[in-house]
Amino acid sequence: MDFDFNEEQSMLRDSLDRLLADKYGFEKRNAIMAQPEGWSPDMWQAYAEMGLMALPFAEEDGGLGGTPVETMIVMESFGKALALEPYFPTVVLGGGLLRMAGSPEQRAEFLPQVAAGDLKLAFAHTERNARYDLNHVETSAEKDGGDWVLSGTKNVVLGGGDADYLLVTARTSGDARDENGIGIFIVDAKAEGLSRRGYKTQDGQRAADLTLDKVKVAAERVIGDPGNGLPAIRRLADSAIAALCAEAIGVMGQLHALTLEYLKVRKQFGVPIGVFQVLQHDAVDMFVAMEQARSMALYATMMADSNDDEERGRAMNAAKAEIGRAGKLVGETAIQLHGGVGMTMEYAVGHYFKRMTMIDIAFGDHDHHLRQLAAGGGLFA
Amino acid sequence: MELRFTPEEVAFRDEVRTFFKENVPDDIRDKMAVGEHIEKDDFVRWTRILNDKGWAVAHWPEEYGGTGWDPMRQYIFLEELQRYPAPTPLPFGVNMVGPVIYTFGSEEQKKQFLPRIANLDDWWCQGFSEPGAGSDLASLKTRAIRDGDHYIVNGQKTWTTLAQYADWIFCLVRTDTEAKKQEGISFLLIDMNTPGIEVRPIVTIDGGREINEVFFTDVKVPVENLVGQENKGWDYAKFLLGNERTNIARVGMSKQRIARVRDLAGKEMSGGRPLIEDERFREKLAAIEIDLKALELTQLRVVAADAKRGNTGRPDPASSILKIKGSEIQQGITHLLMQVMGPHALPYHEEVEGSNEPPIEPDYAASAAPGYFNYRKVSIYGGSNEIQKNIIAKAVLGL
Repeated sequence: MDFDFNEEQSMLRDSLDRLLADKYGFEKRNAIMAQPEGWSPDMWQAYAEMGLMALPFAEEDGGLGGTPVETMIVMESFGKALALEPYFPTVVLGGGLLRMAGSPEQRAEFLPQVAAGDLKLAFAHTERNARYDLNHVETSAEKDGGDWVLSGTKNVVLGGGDADYLLVTARTSGDARDENGIGIFIVDAKAEGLSRRGYKTQDGQRAADLTLDKVKVAAERVIGDPGNGLPAIRRLADSAIAALCAEAIGVMGQLHALTLEYLKVRKQFGVPIGVFQVLQHDAVDMFVAMEQARSMALYATMMADSNDDEERGRAMNAAKAEIGRAGKLVGETAIQLHGGVGMTMEYAVGHYFKRMTMIDIAFGDHDHHLRQLAAGGGLFA
Repeated sequence: MELRFTPEEVAFRDEVRTFFKENVPDDIRDKMAVGEHIEKDDFVRWTRILNDKGWAVAHWPEEYGGTGWDPMRQYIFLEELQRYPAPTPLPFGVNMVGPVIYTFGSEEQKKQFLPRIANLDDWWCQGFSEPGAGSDLASLKTRAIRDGDHYIVNGQKTWTTLAQYADWIFCLVRTDTEAKKQEGISFLLIDMNTPGIEVRPIVTIDGGREINEVFFTDVKVPVENLVGQENKGWDYAKFLLGNERTNIARVGMSKQRIARVRDLAGKEMSGGRPLIEDERFREKLAAIEIDLKALELTQLRVVAADAKRGNTGRPDPASSILKIKGSEIQQGITHLLMQVMGPHALPYHEEVEGSNEPPIEPDYAASAAPGYFNYRKVSIYGGSNEIQKNIIAKAVLGL
């Protein structure tokens, strides 16, 4: 058992942290966030040049053959910087789905472009009544000769506003909540009948709602079996959870570091407020929660590659629940210990808190995953 | 990064498991499994089995009878031991005074005491806390005055666990009343059979008799029973308390107890169905499991870091996390177990000598509430959780 990075991994982390420290300070981030697209094409280019987009893909798909550990490193660093570029939707979600379930032709067509940073993807799955249930799909896919015709709406599609292709889930048979009958379709953003409305999310990232009105998709643009896409979707959600847990560790680390710094410099009653035991213990509670969460993020990374669906699912339930619980404690305490300044938009801590809160909601919140884990017989079953 | 055990570690784990299966006496295992008290004789029998195998003081240096296992193997050994379940070797000798003796003691002390600790020929107890010295341990008042070849000890120790069985007690005593309070303390080894020592039981809220008060009246202790230097006892005590934290997470024990809670919750009924199907209950259980999994990995991170830099005997201050979370989890499980038993947790199962009354049914519910009451202790002893937070705030967070 070894919890340290190897030399290459350490270099990856150090060079990415250096780039972000240099180019992604708080003020710079605010300026990027205010741009119409809400993220920086220059940074995107810089990530691509570092090879970040190529990391998780096989070498024959134009990638670097990285493991979940490399994704963890990238996501933690992005969490530290609150990076806004659509890495998660493009590389982890869209690229991840093609990597895990795409045909050799589909991988050859899309992944080298993703790896080069030339293509942006999004995963369009969530619907108005689905909440966190991955099997809930009402958007329909009707057979039309050899092609498919998609109709319906998708909500809160991360990075969906300016993705070049959208990986859309739609029902090819059965009722809204059936496990069978879900297909995954690669939809060109310029396709006729597709309209999208982009918007900011609470944490300054970007998402979109999609309306599909008889959007035609060719048969070769179906990922896997059009009647049985759910296993791939679940697998994708699990790897997304591992990535989000890693990002959360970066976010929590900053929440804690900012708070400690503040406790040491902020003076009241003539002394730094960090001398007060009640605040010290709050800071320790944050530290303990953060370290426990880090352990679970490592666990999620370790399990992200597992082919045992049940064991992997339990691990992700546990990790995401822990991240949600710990993130809420760390975030809320960080704001509380900062006092009024923590409430202001012009100070960093609130932005980390907001991202932390959105991470809990993404791909199932604490309660959802705890309920699933409990219903499945628990973690040590 | 490799988050799995190596094949060699897996083989070691299997070896340890097989040994426990073949050598832990069934009656001891059964008592452990249901949370009954382990008697002195049980400890002695089991320790001698371990000692014959050479595993009674596994983490000691090899020259004093240790195994030479790396920190990961030490961890696996303890984890499997607790999980089986079998008693962990009595901590007062093996984890507390033993390491103090081989690190700071004289050659004579090493020769006299270490083999007898390994074989549990001597039962040790810990004389640290006093009525006026709990978390503020350094304010202790038990006085030792040098008189020729002896110290004359007067004072009182309290919360002394299992002192009723003890042959020896290691004590912090004040040898200099003028110095700063940490600098006037010495570490003495005292034979419990010395005239002037009186042990009085303290009954705890669970009805148990684990802890005692120990009174010293003009107790004569030979000067050769001083460990290390006079007035340096506080350093040895800090060393000892640091060691105590490394074994305190008790992940293996908590896993075993969670399995018991799950098992019983599958049998006890609630609303016409097994309690384990109750959403609220099973979510509480799952939440503790998550906490425990995180703690297991946090502990493994500490162990792996130890292995990497060589075991310095000085645990990472971050290991205070292990005490805080470990105790919270242990307490949480005892509460769940009590909840599993529902109203059957209410009867107080009194042992009356010579009585032929059958036990109140179900007898396996007997330890549920006492277990919960008793385990309030784990966030108090070994440096209360609040003290642990002070340690982290200072040593880790720099506050």
